[in-house]
Amino acid sequence: MALGFWSLGALAVLAALGIVLTQNLLHAVLFLILSFIAVAGLFLTLSADFVAVAQVLIYAGAVGVLIVFAIMLTPSGERRNADTAFFGPGFILGGLITTVMGFVAFTTPWETVQRGGFETTVAAIGESLTNRWALPFEIASVLLIVAMIGAIVLVRAADPEDLPSADQPVPDISDDARPAGREVVAAGRGEHT
Amino acid sequence: MSVGLEHYLGLSAILFGIGLWIALAKRNAIIVLMGIEIMLSSVNLMMLAFSRFVPGPRPLTGHIFAIFILTVAAAEASVALALAVTVYRNRGTVDIDKVNLMRS
Repeated sequence: MALGFWSLGALAVLAALGIVLTQNLLHAVLFLILSFIAVAGLFLTLSADFVAVAQVLIYAGAVGVLIVFAIMLTPSGERRNADTAFFGPGFILGGLITTVMGFVAFTTPWETVQRGGFETTVAAIGESLTNRWALPFEIASVLLIVAMIGAIVLVRAADPEDLPSADQPVPDISDDARPAGREVVAAGRGEHT
Repeated sequence: MSVGLEHYLGLSAILFGIGLWIALAKRNAIIVLMGIEIMLSSVNLMMLAFSRFVPGPRPLTGHIFAIFILTVAAAEASVALALAVTVYRNRGTVDIDKVNLMRS
């Protein structure tokens, strides 16, 4: 457990630092996924098997792919990983918060118990989600549907003439992604009709 | 040296600080979102560490909390990325220094 903790912890921290230090946006996404997978390994050392698998599926899989899609939909000229004026102050603030939280973590006399890990958590989590935490579970499903509908409403074509109709050919995907190319496509459409 | 609760809490603090640094220091809105995801992930680590090491009547409550954080983080990521794409369509950039419509 100790070897796993130190190696996975170092991997998670170094990958997170790589996001700050790399100059390429796509490399930053890969570092993010690496950090998520290292954190999932740390969850395994805490004998949280279900949450570790969910972390790999949701964070490293779904969120990583979603971020790659968002980067592909935004301009290639912005793929460098530029810094704001808060690069130095942000480092100081993050360092201060880390110092305070680390100080509290290492000086508080925690009342811990040595119980040697859980056996398997999936059955117990499933029971809790349907008994004691059933209401938050249902609310989470409503939240997910609201988020899905909201995301669809946000990114769908705003004006009706962008929507594909029966007498027009389906516009290519880059129509939505490039506002600069929209006039060209619209002009071409005018020639056809 | 055996690994205890305080080591996990310290690692979680380090990850939270790095996530905050990313969210503050980066100019691209998508990278800012990645910093927020790192912070949420570090909070999950802290929840699971407490759930593992601290005695209580329901030791798995931390796991339930971590699962709900995962759910909310996924919903937040989808909406935030849709917002980033919308901002790019309207403004032609996702640079948060240039999205200053409310500054007169």
